[in-house]
Amino acid sequence: MTDALIVKDMAKRFEKIDAVSGISFRVQKGELFGFLGPNGAGKTTTINMLTGLARPDTGTVRIGGIDCTDNPRAAQHLVGVVPDESNLYAELTGFDNLCFCAALYGIGKTERQTRARTLLETFGLTEAAGRKFGKYSKGMKRKLTIAAGIIHQPEILFLDEPTTGIDVASARQLRQLIADLNRGGTTIFLTTHYIEEAERLCGRIAFIVSGRIVRIDTVENLLQPLQEKHVVRITCANPLTHRRQILSETFPDLTFTVSGQGVIQVESDGIVRVGTLVRFLEDQGAEVLEARRMRPSLENIFVRITGIEAEAMRREKEKKGGEP
Amino acid sequence: MKRWIAFWNILLKDMRTYYLKPPNVSWGLVFPLAWTAMFFIRSGTGTESIPTLLPGVTAVSILFGTTSMLAVTVTFEKKTRSFERLLLAPIPLHLLMLAKTSGAIFFGVANAFVPIVMAVFLTDLSQVAWGVFFPAVFLIAVASAFLGLFIAVAVSEVFEAQTFSNFFRFPMIFLCGLFFPIDRLPVFLKPLSYALPLTYGADLLHGAVHGRHIMPFSLDLSVLGVFCVVLFTASLYNINRKWIA
Repeated sequence: MTDALIVKDMAKRFEKIDAVSGISFRVQKGELFGFLGPNGAGKTTTINMLTGLARPDTGTVRIGGIDCTDNPRAAQHLVGVVPDESNLYAELTGFDNLCFCAALYGIGKTERQTRARTLLETFGLTEAAGRKFGKYSKGMKRKLTIAAGIIHQPEILFLDEPTTGIDVASARQLRQLIADLNRGGTTIFLTTHYIEEAERLCGRIAFIVSGRIVRIDTVENLLQPLQEKHVVRITCANPLTHRRQILSETFPDLTFTVSGQGVIQVESDGIVRVGTLVRFLEDQGAEVLEARRMRPSLENIFVRITGIEAEAMRREKEKKGGEP
Repeated sequence: MKRWIAFWNILLKDMRTYYLKPPNVSWGLVFPLAWTAMFFIRSGTGTESIPTLLPGVTAVSILFGTTSMLAVTVTFEKKTRSFERLLLAPIPLHLLMLAKTSGAIFFGVANAFVPIVMAVFLTDLSQVAWGVFFPAVFLIAVASAFLGLFIAVAVSEVFEAQTFSNFFRFPMIFLCGLFFPIDRLPVFLKPLSYALPLTYGADLLHGAVHGRHIMPFSLDLSVLGVFCVVLFTASLYNINRKWIA
């Protein structure tokens, strides 16, 4: 398979902060590549450098075989960009916005109108086609922004936090559209700080923290170390942080992660005897509400590799007004 | 061909969303009318003073029309990030910025026609050298639009664009010889006059309307052209340095 994107030792510094520190990776043609990290990790700066909106301080970028090192705008005809904020023209209608975006790529009038109508239908926006973009809901704005990003049928689509700040139903619909686009052959570079989203959509994922890529692999390979693990989550009514020591001493074969909210995560290479564990906790005065076997998730891997708690990621999500 | 489709559509979009909006059309009409009326009343003479006032009112209408609109629209689009969409398009930066400024240039030229049309109905303009007047109007509009672009690129907020524009515009009106002859300015201000693009535009307009000009037309046109190239190149340099940093 050929490479749609090759990045080598790319770095960017803003005053005294290293926004991106010498990252290297390849994205294959037709791949849905995830770029996962918390806010401020360097995801948007990376996208800006790859799409010609920023100049890397060092490193090389090749998009579709075109060397963009000296001219960051050299491959713009090959890329589509959906920024983290919907930035279409509030005064234009949905239809006119799409036609305008197509015209920027030199597409003739009849062709751009046909493409705009098709995309509006695909994204379920036909009825809102004549309405001004400024009057759209957040979910509709995101959909139209994605449609605008693909109207010129780019070889590689950069999606920056596509589902941030929209409701659950719209986010689900958007994920479906992204997956469909990728199935249709479009290479997608997706940045997100939603771990579940990356796990659901991407074939390969890069974890970026503080401007550095700490791990790149397929979702299967990332999850592999946890596949053989048995994970049980026990939820209690009261906080249990003070019981961690006694749990580890009593059950030395098990690994306990105890949160302040009364949740204990138990990991083991063998079967976890839930009954024994629950009885022990109740004897210790804990009120056990639920004990559930967990499927190993990318979240566990992310926490393990980056040291960033999933809880912190969730808080970011809430701060941005998004839904998982 | 593809680039020109993009160029034309950027221009068309700007005309529709900014320049042809009723408030801007009315402002484009009212502003030159107000200037004309103000200077006409102030002169205290009859319609025979119109040719004397015409160069000044025309130049001021162009200057304010273009700089205000462009400085605000570009800054606004940069602020709302819709300008990024243009920067992502596969067209050369100079063509993109020419498309963005063309709307303002047309708007400036259209503004200039308000006092001209009024003057045509009120007085005899048979002595006007239109072959000099119209190129002068066009070049003043281009230079003013590029000045607006230069200002827009230098600031990040819409209100800053307005403030910064006035910082250039008002001294320019009084120092460029439109309403006050340059040779009667204090000696220390004269060099400043010759560093302003509008001085050369005003000289052309004065020469075209009533034959009094201090520099040859060819020099005025050339210097105005140089100002256009310098302002546009400096704006492109700043966009590359600040917006594609």
